[in-house]
Amino acid sequence: MSTISAFTSLRWRKVATNPIVIVSIIAVALVLVGQLVSPGFAAYGQVINMLRVASFLGVIAIGQTIVILSGGEGIDLSVGKVATFAAIIGSRIMDGRDANIVVGVVVPLVIAVILGLVNGLGIIYLRIPPFVMTLGMMGVVQGLMLAYTGGTAAGRAAPALTNLVNGRVLFSIPGALFIWLLLGVVITGLLRRTRLGWDLYAVGSNRTAANLSGISVKRTVLGAYVMSSMFAGLGGLLLLGYTESVFLDLADQYTLPSVAAVVVGGTLISGGIGGYVGTAVGAIVLTVLESLLTTLNMPNASRIIVDGVVLLLLLAIYGRQKRLRA
Amino acid sequence: MRTDTAKVETSSPRKTVWRFVMDLRVQALTTWVLLAIAVTLDAILQPTFFTLYSITSNFATFVPLVLVAIAQTIVVVGGGLDLSLGAVVALSSVLAVTIMGGRGDRIGLGFLVAVGAGAACGLANGLIVSVVRLQPLIATLATASIFSGLTLVVLPKPGGNVPAVMTEAYRMAVAGIPVSVLAVVVAVALWLLLTRTKLMRHIYAVGGDPAAAYASLVPVTRVRTASYVLAGAFSGLAAMALLANSGSGDPFVGADIALNSIAAVVVGGVALRGGRGGAIGAVVGAIVLAIASNVLFFFNVPTTYRQLANGLVIISALALSVLSPGKGAKR
Repeated sequence: MSTISAFTSLRWRKVATNPIVIVSIIAVALVLVGQLVSPGFAAYGQVINMLRVASFLGVIAIGQTIVILSGGEGIDLSVGKVATFAAIIGSRIMDGRDANIVVGVVVPLVIAVILGLVNGLGIIYLRIPPFVMTLGMMGVVQGLMLAYTGGTAAGRAAPALTNLVNGRVLFSIPGALFIWLLLGVVITGLLRRTRLGWDLYAVGSNRTAANLSGISVKRTVLGAYVMSSMFAGLGGLLLLGYTESVFLDLADQYTLPSVAAVVVGGTLISGGIGGYVGTAVGAIVLTVLESLLTTLNMPNASRIIVDGVVLLLLLAIYGRQKRLRA
Repeated sequence: MRTDTAKVETSSPRKTVWRFVMDLRVQALTTWVLLAIAVTLDAILQPTFFTLYSITSNFATFVPLVLVAIAQTIVVVGGGLDLSLGAVVALSSVLAVTIMGGRGDRIGLGFLVAVGAGAACGLANGLIVSVVRLQPLIATLATASIFSGLTLVVLPKPGGNVPAVMTEAYRMAVAGIPVSVLAVVVAVALWLLLTRTKLMRHIYAVGGDPAAAYASLVPVTRVRTASYVLAGAFSGLAAMALLANSGSGDPFVGADIALNSIAAVVVGGVALRGGRGGAIGAVVGAIVLAIASNVLFFFNVPTTYRQLANGLVIISALALSVLSPGKGAKR
């Protein structure tokens, strides 16, 4: 009898300390607080709207999750700029016409993949630390953007893309949410159920061991950075569909929240442990928090501050490093 | 206590010391070669390069980056990293420009505020990294967000006046030597002074091997915190140099500083894993990067392409320095 209760209490503790559970509870609590502060915050339409906004961050954070899982101090600080760049190219090519939508989606994604490839090659073959390489890439993409646009954004999203992202499909849920859900399921399956995903976890937890087990560490890491840029580009395109027209810093502010979403979701910053479900919930929490602050009429500056504080707090809760004297 | 540390240092095997020295030499060589190339190119493209006027205005733009490069060196040598330095510079500069309000008699106060604010930001970073034990990279990315937010609260739009005395003095020459050159000399002197202190020796020890430093009675937590505080203080000085150069406050000024300071440190041969290299290299690295963007200007690169060219220069400089022999990029 006592062993059974001990067993169940252990299981309960495991559930209660699971980051995904904690973060989900925080998300619900935040929505309830919002409802108390300003009635209507938890209304169906409002919640769906918040989820739609979360989907852009969620898609960009897919790549960040993969890169962080790949370990070796992996991080991609260029996701925000890559997303913006993809949106800018997309809007120029589409120019508000449905006929151009295929080219307008494929070209930005190909360019994003190339940028990711350069990131990966620099990190693997030139042995430039990931944060330095992607920070440098951030500068290069900013330069590319200026060179490409000459300083003014032009073009417009194809109506079809806008319909896909904003149009209500089922239960007045916008298409962006379905895309996000689909991507989430595919990515989680990819990470948990395929050789590719297992290789990634193996490389993330111990590169030497992975190498000795016959996994190509270089290819895996390279793939991680390519995927990161690709999903950043995709996120940028979805954002383009949402806003219809672009500006030069459309998605720049997504870099820090993308890292935050991954950390909030319980993925270990040193790699090898975690997954996308946590990141998705993390993206939702961050977005709900932002909406709450907007409802409270907080100026933009304090929202930037809160972004940083939230990341620090959550890191302090479960991202602490070992003591020197163990 | 003092004799103890001295003993520990001399008792290390001769061979390692020799290899350490050689490593430094090779690294320094690459940096100096890069400097020579940059200066030669610039001198060819810009015939007035060696005139007093252009040295003054060139160095006037170098000083902030030089100071931040020293700041980043201190943190990196201690085994850390500070991505928030750009935001710290921005915050210190808007605070100083607001406090000074264009009044010449408040310049001293401005310096005090800038350095104090920088040190306070550094203290926050240091405590978060060493006491709360968060990863420096992500922790300072988060604090950068906080500091930029605070900057926008203090000064939402570019504006504010720097006392005219300050901007004028910055462009003057004392005994034939431009003040901006003197500022670099003073910055380097400050660094050299710092290397003579026990604190800086401890920072090197902690960056080299925290466990060994801990075992040798180095107060690791306090030393790590101190390295961030020092970096913050140097960034505060950089903020004042920036103000003296531009003449007004700008909350968005820090955007490129984090990347540039890290690039300067890498080009300067400071090992990113800590414990090796010095600020002299980083200062030279900062000057190389600054001259490189000068060269781009005189190559008549169109304005819209300049940022791209700058980014490419930084990436290639990083690749070059990491690839050159004796570098500690491998893990």
